[in-house]
Amino acid sequence: MNVIQLPVNKLVAPKPQALQDPDWVRWSLITIAISFISLFILLPLGLVIVKAFSKGIEAYWSALSEPDTLSAIKLTLITAAVTVPLNTLFGVTAAWAVTRFDFKGKSLLTTLIDLPFSVSPVISGFIFVLLFGAEGWFGDWLVQHQIKIIFTISGIVLATLFITFPFVARQLIPLMQEMGSQEEEAALSLGASGWRTFWSVTLPNIKWALLYGVLLCNARAMGEFGAVSVVSGHIRGLTNTLPLHVEVNYNEYNIVGAFASASILAALAVLTLILKTALEWQQARR
Amino acid sequence: MSILLSNISKQFGAFSALSNINLEIPEGELVALLGPSGCGKTTLLRIIAGLEQADKGRVLLSGVDKTTQNVSKRGIGFVFQHYALFRHMTVFENVAFGLRVKPRRERLDNETITKKVHALLELVQLDWLHDRYPDQLSGGQRQRIALARALAVEPSVLLLDEPFGALDASVRKDLRQWLRNLHHELNVTSIFVTHDQEEAMEVASQVVVLNHGRIEQQGTPSDIYDHPANAFVSRFIGQTNIFDMAEQDADWLQIAGLLPTQKESKIAHVRPHDIIIEKTSANQDAPATLKDWQHLGALIRLELVKNGSNANTPSVFAEMPNEQFKQLALSRGDKVALQIRQAHWFQ
Repeated sequence: MNVIQLPVNKLVAPKPQALQDPDWVRWSLITIAISFISLFILLPLGLVIVKAFSKGIEAYWSALSEPDTLSAIKLTLITAAVTVPLNTLFGVTAAWAVTRFDFKGKSLLTTLIDLPFSVSPVISGFIFVLLFGAEGWFGDWLVQHQIKIIFTISGIVLATLFITFPFVARQLIPLMQEMGSQEEEAALSLGASGWRTFWSVTLPNIKWALLYGVLLCNARAMGEFGAVSVVSGHIRGLTNTLPLHVEVNYNEYNIVGAFASASILAALAVLTLILKTALEWQQARR
Repeated sequence: MSILLSNISKQFGAFSALSNINLEIPEGELVALLGPSGCGKTTLLRIIAGLEQADKGRVLLSGVDKTTQNVSKRGIGFVFQHYALFRHMTVFENVAFGLRVKPRRERLDNETITKKVHALLELVQLDWLHDRYPDQLSGGQRQRIALARALAVEPSVLLLDEPFGALDASVRKDLRQWLRNLHHELNVTSIFVTHDQEEAMEVASQVVVLNHGRIEQQGTPSDIYDHPANAFVSRFIGQTNIFDMAEQDADWLQIAGLLPTQKESKIAHVRPHDIIIEKTSANQDAPATLKDWQHLGALIRLELVKNGSNANTPSVFAEMPNEQFKQLALSRGDKVALQIRQAHWFQ
């Protein structure tokens, strides 16, 4: 049942004496873990906030309310709004197919689902340029039909779609495999249609894992840099997402601007973390 | 609903799970599909249900060919070994599920559904648990709820897959009796799968013995026990002593009063209660010595060693009622004479 394992409640009996590490081992490990987290996570996050407000609150707000920043935020939100629902749909469908049916090419599909994880994001973006760019495979066809993909929002959405499609599927597949199909078989034997079975039996059982997958998918969709950078063309005000906007500002030495935008992304990261913990807590409770 | 299976075969890859199964189950019977693990009994049950499709053959329910029909339309009720209750629904909602998913024309109104569900829960004596969740119930309770859920849609045949396999021994005993009573009350044709021959013999009115995807024998429990069709059935059902004429001393068996009925039959299967024990005096040539005995409640099981055999020959097991054993007043190491009342001979 638990894809995410975090014993939030102390449901476990205390370990027997023989299995406990000596004190110095425990404290060393804890110290190392805390130092690592502080150095690589807390320190940078803190730095982002400090630098963003380094010229005062006024400067912070004006950096954020700049038209380019606002359109970057808008583009990021639109991208997430399109890719997350689509990838949720894809993820659920793929998980259902893989765990409930036997078909030729099943293992190929499972491997392909993991593909975006193994490919560098820059290469992922580059693939789209090779496909849809002016010199690409479909380049001529697209020009004929006056469709533009690369250097437009469509390209950004496509690239993000590719990057984030494993997230929901990867959360659901192990869970659904572990759960088995008996409840669904029971529902079918009682006369329920396939759709009704999915809605009333499967969905409630996978809802926390599904939400978790959606959360991860969203975090990545909003934060993706490499692939989007390749396909977007960095056209200020038009094809810059928020992560791209951070880079543009930083390259122009607009420190407050860069870190102000970065602080939004940092806030998103913290929010994701809070929601993730809440979801884990919910799952542990059940 | 009567069930007719005609030439059913099923393969999983290279493994032949079922070969040419022909089975007829008349209406109203409580049938056990019995066999060792891997014999194909669960596969057969699932093919009847429609959860699996046979590679060859036909499934007829009440004379209608339902071989390719979807499980949701066959009018069957299925009870799973691990209950398969809907974990996020209350007991009430679990049982009501079948009634709620009926197409609009057939669906009953809420009040009627509520009444029916409570009636079913009363039937399984668990109405007081109606607002609990499955993970708050014991195994025995869950299984009864699973049964109530399957009965809610008034199936024409009830299929149970090792229904008591996951339960404690004492709960299993209670539920066996309970199922038998329920069947008498409701009279729905029921088929259950089990590897426990005691359970099959105790509960079912008809037993179908399967092995390696084939039917070995079909009959009432008395038929199967008293007249096993072949060596497998004889060994699988109840306790048996096996005497191979070729290996053991034919003389020894002759002293015990056992003669082969036909020339070709070489192997005798003897039930423990068909061996009659008498005490002999120490100076006589006795065929066997009492090595040990086990107290099984109403019966005593005696372990006998054949005199004049080497250490590796298997012991002979006899059974007699408690009282009789007390009267014989035997002790370990006593020599005994025995008489074999009857045997089943196989090749």
